Amino acid sequence: MSWTPELGLLLLLVIPLSGAVGVLALSHWPNLREAATLLTGAALLANVVMLVLAVDAGARPTLTLMSVAGGLSLNFTLEPLGAIFAALASALWLINSLYSIGYMRGNHAQDQTRFYLSFTIAIAAAMGVAASGNMFTLFIFYEALTLSTYPLVTHNGDEKARNGGRIYLTILMGTSIGLFLPAVIATHVLAGSTDFIAGGLLAGSITPAMASILLILYVFGIGKAAIMPVQNWLPNAMVAPTPVSAFLHAVAVVKAGVFTMLKMSVYVFGLDFMRTIPAAHWLAWIAAISIVLASLIALSRDNLKERLAWSTISQLSYITLGAMIATPLAALGAALHIIMHAWGKITLFMCAGAIYTARHITNVSGMKGLGKSMPWVFGAFLVGALSIIGLPPLAGAWPKLMLMMGATDPINRIFIGALVISSLLNVAYLLPIPVNAFFGKPDTKKGKLPTAPRLAVIPPLLTAAGTIVLFFAIGPIVDFLRPVFESGGIQ
Amino acid sequence: MSALLIADFLAWMPAWLLMQTAALLVVTPLLSGPIALILSRGRLAWIWAVVISLATFALTLILYAQVLEHGSVQYAFGDWAPPLGITYNIDALNMLILLIVAGMGVLSVFYGLPSVLKEIAPRDQAPFFAAFLLCLTGLLGVTITGDAFNVFVFLEISSISTYILIAMGGKQDRRALTASFSYLVLGTIGATFFVIGIGLLYMATGTLNMADITAQLHLRGDDRVVRAAFAFIVIGLGLKTAMFPLHTWLPNAYAYSPTVVGAFLASTATKVAFYAMVRFTLGVFLPDSPFNHAFLGFVLTPMAVAAMIICSVQALYQTDLRKLLAYSSVAQLGYMLLGLSIGTAAGVSAGLLHLFNHALLKGGLFMGLGIFALTYGVRQVQDLRGLGKTMPVTAAAFTVCGLSLIGAPFFAGFVSKYYLITAALEHGWWWAVIAILASSVLAIFYVGRMLEAMYLHPAPKTKGRSKKARTTKAPVLAIAPLVVLAVANIWFFFDASLPKGLADAAAMALLGGGAP
Repeated sequence: MSWTPELGLLLLLVIPLSGAVGVLALSHWPNLREAATLLTGAALLANVVMLVLAVDAGARPTLTLMSVAGGLSLNFTLEPLGAIFAALASALWLINSLYSIGYMRGNHAQDQTRFYLSFTIAIAAAMGVAASGNMFTLFIFYEALTLSTYPLVTHNGDEKARNGGRIYLTILMGTSIGLFLPAVIATHVLAGSTDFIAGGLLAGSITPAMASILLILYVFGIGKAAIMPVQNWLPNAMVAPTPVSAFLHAVAVVKAGVFTMLKMSVYVFGLDFMRTIPAAHWLAWIAAISIVLASLIALSRDNLKERLAWSTISQLSYITLGAMIATPLAALGAALHIIMHAWGKITLFMCAGAIYTARHITNVSGMKGLGKSMPWVFGAFLVGALSIIGLPPLAGAWPKLMLMMGATDPINRIFIGALVISSLLNVAYLLPIPVNAFFGKPDTKKGKLPTAPRLAVIPPLLTAAGTIVLFFAIGPIVDFLRPVFESGGIQ
Repeated sequence: MSALLIADFLAWMPAWLLMQTAALLVVTPLLSGPIALILSRGRLAWIWAVVISLATFALTLILYAQVLEHGSVQYAFGDWAPPLGITYNIDALNMLILLIVAGMGVLSVFYGLPSVLKEIAPRDQAPFFAAFLLCLTGLLGVTITGDAFNVFVFLEISSISTYILIAMGGKQDRRALTASFSYLVLGTIGATFFVIGIGLLYMATGTLNMADITAQLHLRGDDRVVRAAFAFIVIGLGLKTAMFPLHTWLPNAYAYSPTVVGAFLASTATKVAFYAMVRFTLGVFLPDSPFNHAFLGFVLTPMAVAAMIICSVQALYQTDLRKLLAYSSVAQLGYMLLGLSIGTAAGVSAGLLHLFNHALLKGGLFMGLGIFALTYGVRQVQDLRGLGKTMPVTAAAFTVCGLSLIGAPFFAGFVSKYYLITAALEHGWWWAVIAILASSVLAIFYVGRMLEAMYLHPAPKTKGRSKKARTTKAPVLAIAPLVVLAVANIWFFFDASLPKGLADAAAMALLGGGAP
């Protein structure tokens, strides 16, 4: 049987799930178990690359797994937005798996089989989200992602982890069942299906007031996008091991949230219709407030991972903002930001984990002068930080530019201000860390200093290099995404 | 199953069996009950019960094939044509319930042996299986019959044997005796109300055949006698269904009975009573009469919503695991009652679908708890600590059923909640949607408490646990049915066509017309 895009779609789920079986079967042989994880990652990435090429050539593979009476079906359809999310998640998952091995072994973590098992199931769920052909399917995999990451968040198993996990599950399940699910069902009742349709499933068929209510349900129901005030699960999930944080922040979880947000904006309401919904403007305001407020809070945190978590909350709202402004350029900027932010943020997290593995330092104030003994780690951190801030020639520059260019309408101009303030705040809370590390005076005594395991250092270097590559690869990526926003007329 | 396959299957069956299936389905367990009593040894009686429950389930499947082939099956006892004789009338509605009752009967019997051997005194073991078979008979009889008085008779058969079954928990926990007694008092009141209602109905129409009653009511219309009959019947059945606030007997009855009884009753008894409620309110009484409408809208709806919220909160505060599940059952009955009270075909269908799924998942949860109780003496939420590691298979199956109870995707419970919300929205009842969702969120908490204790807390190292340490190895016989239920909970997410098809057909037959 030769590879076809439809088969590839099925393999998106089959590869990680068989990987999960492999991890479980090999649980007594750690080396083989990790080999299974890496093999899964490589196979998945290869499959996604072939799918991306197929989608780029114009294919829109479709697969219906199950359909029940009443118009419910588990349907997968891959379009450029989903393809790029799948590519992002599978590439970073592979790197993150490499890193996990270094980190988990370096820290002698417990229950590693459960850890890798949950990881493979979670990536399967993320692939399901990426390939969903309708909101119903997307919702189901969205929930599967929450459930499969819960054991990861609580991995340490102590009281703190349990509390963090409880908040994680409560907020994510609470919002998704309480708001997101009714929004999906209401969409189903109003439109007769929940299919993603170019130009918008609901476009023009419902009143603006109705659309406003529905949009509010969606935006706050998609708790993974962490718009304020549903952001609290993210800092609390910081109790997890660092590879999990990287997975939450960069690979899949929050990205699935903002991806859903974008899908909703583009395919459920349609960009043209979005711009006429009164609530969209107010939600854009809330996103802008989230951006600034979360950056300010990040500034006040001394724990590095917590600071990064608040930074993520701020950055996620860029994407929500783009989806709410809903000009084609802003939406394109939002889509790009999903990718570019992921590469920058995963670098930062992996560096934080490497520092912790080597020195057990978690607070920013304790990192002075570390740069001399860990130059590679802090070098990667610097690159990642500059990318998040949005300086060329790093990947983070493009989406900020496009978001600003997409917000040039008179009513949206104010949001450019929010983006600028946020960038300045990014400088203030991120740059001092590497600067102090390189130029500050270490307060620890000299001697033989432990270094991070190699497997915890190479991955952040890879992703830091990735941010540079992505800066120059912007042309093909925009070309790839263009058909999504074409109905809005980007040339 | 393709239509051709069914036709082949039926052609292959002997003709006498096909003609008598409906009668045999009830007569087989009825006559086998006393025989189990004679087989004075526990294991022997168990083997007998296994054989009979399997035979009953096989008969149910044959009946199902006939229903699929012909749409419905009528059986007149002694060839006395209705409305003179007693008739059995099987359509999509009671077929769905029969499948659940017979299926859960088989699984419970298999599951029951370790529980019975441990929890019940040796001389009571054979009577236990006798009572179990009679209870099965009663539940099947209530469901299958087309005769209103017959419903009462079978209801009493099942109730009286249930009192015995619950009281047999007395060896483990003396509180089972008071639980059984209070159920006996309330159950008898319920049965009395029901039979008074039937009496009034007989007075008004001069017939006991359900179809004939409906026909007579069409001629006669709505009057005070009929309304009184309606009220008596609904309250009587409401007690049996554990409709809020008539549910007070249920938590203790489930919590102190032998574990196998809890599992069996939770997935069948209230379901059958709910079926009877649906049958009477929509199938026997005229669904479009104003009184009936008022009942559905103004009495049933608030009670359903109250059950969903209040009992979920109560479940949250239970420390006894089986009481927690019992309160959750009352809350889940609220979902089914809500489906009925929406009163559209889509609503009734969603309620029936939830009934089916809830039987699978609650049966599984009670079985899981039973296994934990057998091996580690688990009774309280905190006793679950560390079991995720020591008993991975049971814990995994328990988790599946728990997630299904929450209504998480990939589990059957999600499908029925989805349809229920859709039905409520289509009917314009957005506030009901809020109630459903609030109750689901509460379910996250009370199920989450159990799962958290199971997986995230280390097993206590105090001597309390080591003393109580595994008395018996987890019996395969008990785990197998649990795993079957867990798999079913996943299966019916991906392919809900069997219960959905029956539920849709039933709802359409009851409410006439309009695709759900």
